[in-house]
Amino acid sequence: MTAPQDIEGILAKRYDAGFVTDIEQDTAPPGLDEGTIRMISGKKEEPSWLLDWRLEAFARWRRMREPRWAKVEYPAIDYQAISYYSAPKQKPKLESLDEVDPKLLETYAKLGIPLHEQKLLAGVAVDAVFDSVSVATTFKAKLGEAGVIFCSISEAVREHPELVRRYLGSVVPTTDNFFAALNSAVFTDGSFVYVPKGVRCPMELSTYFRINASNTGQFERTLIVADEGSYVSYLEGCTAPMRDENQLHAAVVELVALADAEIKYSTVQNWYPGDENGVGGIYNFVTKRGRCAGARSKIAWTQVETGSAITWKYPSCILEGEGSVGEFYSVALSNHYQQADTGTKMIHVGPNTRSTIVSKGISAGHGQQTYRGGVTIARGATGARNHTQCDSLLIGNSCGAHTIPYVDVQNRTAQVEHEATTSRIGEDQLFYCRARGLSEEDAVGLIVNGFCKEVLNELPMEFAVEAQKLLGISLEGAVG
Amino acid sequence: MLKIENLHVRVGGTEILKGLSLELGAGEVHAIMGPNGSGKSTLSYVLAGRDGYEVTEGRVLYDGVDLLALAPEERAAKGVFLAFQYPVEIPGVSNVYFLKAAVNAVRKARGEKELDAIEFMRFAREKAKLVALDAELLKRAVNSGFSGGEKKRNEVFQMAALEPRLAILDETDSGLDIDALRIVSDGVNALRGPDRAMLVITHYQRLLDYIVPDRVHVLVDGRIVRSGDKTLAGELEARGYAELGG
Ligand SMILES: Nc1ncnc2c1ncn2[C@@H]1O[C@H](COP(=O)(O)OP(=O)(O)OP(=O)(O)O)[C@@H](O)[C@H]1O
Ligand SMILES: [Mg+2]
Repeated sequence: MTAPQDIEGILAKRYDAGFVTDIEQDTAPPGLDEGTIRMISGKKEEPSWLLDWRLEAFARWRRMREPRWAKVEYPAIDYQAISYYSAPKQKPKLESLDEVDPKLLETYAKLGIPLHEQKLLAGVAVDAVFDSVSVATTFKAKLGEAGVIFCSISEAVREHPELVRRYLGSVVPTTDNFFAALNSAVFTDGSFVYVPKGVRCPMELSTYFRINASNTGQFERTLIVADEGSYVSYLEGCTAPMRDENQLHAAVVELVALADAEIKYSTVQNWYPGDENGVGGIYNFVTKRGRCAGARSKIAWTQVETGSAITWKYPSCILEGEGSVGEFYSVALSNHYQQADTGTKMIHVGPNTRSTIVSKGISAGHGQQTYRGGVTIARGATGARNHTQCDSLLIGNSCGAHTIPYVDVQNRTAQVEHEATTSRIGEDQLFYCRARGLSEEDAVGLIVNGFCKEVLNELPMEFAVEAQKLLGISLEGAVG
Repeated sequence: MLKIENLHVRVGGTEILKGLSLELGAGEVHAIMGPNGSGKSTLSYVLAGRDGYEVTEGRVLYDGVDLLALAPEERAAKGVFLAFQYPVEIPGVSNVYFLKAAVNAVRKARGEKELDAIEFMRFAREKAKLVALDAELLKRAVNSGFSGGEKKRNEVFQMAALEPRLAILDETDSGLDIDALRIVSDGVNALRGPDRAMLVITHYQRLLDYIVPDRVHVLVDGRIVRSGDKTLAGELEARGYAELGG
């Protein structure tokens, strides 16, 4: 079954979040050396242990090489041409939202993220990171009553140094990979969450990342710790203005779940993908990893990746605790000249650990999509089980989908299953839908949403709707 | 209602329809019979607006409007419906969800109020009953893993829900068992009305015992070679197409 030529014509995309906010910025000149790191650390008034940690990461990073094994192509990144710090000019510490620059609030409102508490989606607390710094965290008081700490990581370093010191780098060590090392050296902000023992976080927590300044990289660092028997659901959303040059985003996210704790981490990633000719867009090199440290703990990653020129991302779980559970649900879409090399790693260390992987890749235009997934069963992981389902959907004839599973089983009692399918939206399907009265775009949307349903169902309700819309917009013009 | 004049159609470089003319009035049911490969499905696709069917000569008027100038979805909105000879599978999209999208798209285009989820479920159950479609099939993905007969029944179910003015049924009887044939025919007959017209493509006289046509046309090698009343179908069944020639 092949799709006709005209399907390719449909792929002209609109990017809604592509505006620039005109705001006074405090931006460091491009370049990276020890001085840059001291400058960042100084701006943030960090303790010396953190500066030392950064400097060590930087020393390691200088000796590392950029990974080239992913199936993505891009010109060499000049790390000296990037500015590593950019912040809106304003008073450094904010006591309430009223002190936030109205232009910033306007930006978030335009993005559909109303920061004012009264306008908030009921029960969702939001931390917003604008370029390098966190500008507002809502609902702090209500969370405080439950004992939940939700703040920017800079604030956490000041207010809860013992927690940060204990867990920062405990899941993704500074030396883990090139981009993680770079992030460790220069990270500027991000979110911190601590949910105390036995507490079910009373609301969804949410962070919105926004790159505004040109020529800057964004290196945020997120750390979430769920203490014994606690539960938290966290959602991250990202956007950036349309610019002709590529911008680097290299984040690190670390999750720690102690015994009987559960962390649900959802991402709707809509960084600027570049235009229909592949000019501009975000390079998204992200390290996300969770550690199920305690028995029966659970970490679930759900991601909808529609943006970025390049996505390099493998949210993973280290399943140490006996009977701990890792889940990965992913929809990744590559249209035009977008490239995504994404997947997960499930590392089974403890006995009776279980993992589920559901990956849905959609390629359209000249988009290239690679699922790269690793399942490791260590010697001690008696009775471990993994199920992987990996489906690819192709729209048109110029895109590609690739599936690269790695399986390493050291314990014979383990069960590992892998299923993969590839299908194409056919001209016959589109004609059938149109003959029933649906426009071609609605038909594509219907088929794509049907294809992704299993993953979208894992998202919190209001975000599932958002994600569905985003998929529709990202495929606008995908068929002619 | 439908007027086809001297229609010439090329597919993949070959001329398949070679000057086909046919007129179908409101309230009428016409049957088209003809040997394999004579161009019956080609005609149905051209009327529904499929890409790749190149009209080189002739025209098609639907209520006086140039049908061939419209996109498939515009034709659907104007009440044209094709029951496919080979219904297409759409994995992952539930049958009710699909039909709800279709019904609401058509309602919207016609300036009617869209149905909400509850209204639609009630509506869908009613229509499913009309063609005795198993409620289980409503929840399954569109035509995915449906048996041949279930697919055909699903086409008639969709037709009942979309309430077309011009319905083209391309071998909807093929693959149906005797009971299903009666049920489906009852469903089709229920849709007959003074404001509707139907073009029924079939190989078998049997269907025409249930859906009694006003006219029967014989399509051979891209042209209508003979037209007559319902008795023509019986004649064909007895004698075959051979002596009709091209
Ligand atoms: N894409 C194509 N390229 C070339 N020839 C085609 C193409 N599609 C259809 N044809 C040819 O057109 C002719 C008419 O096909 P059509 O499907 O209309 O026949 P039909 O009358 O519906 O036959 P049946 O009774 O078997 O359903 C056939 O000879 C077929 O092979
Ligand atoms: Mg046919």
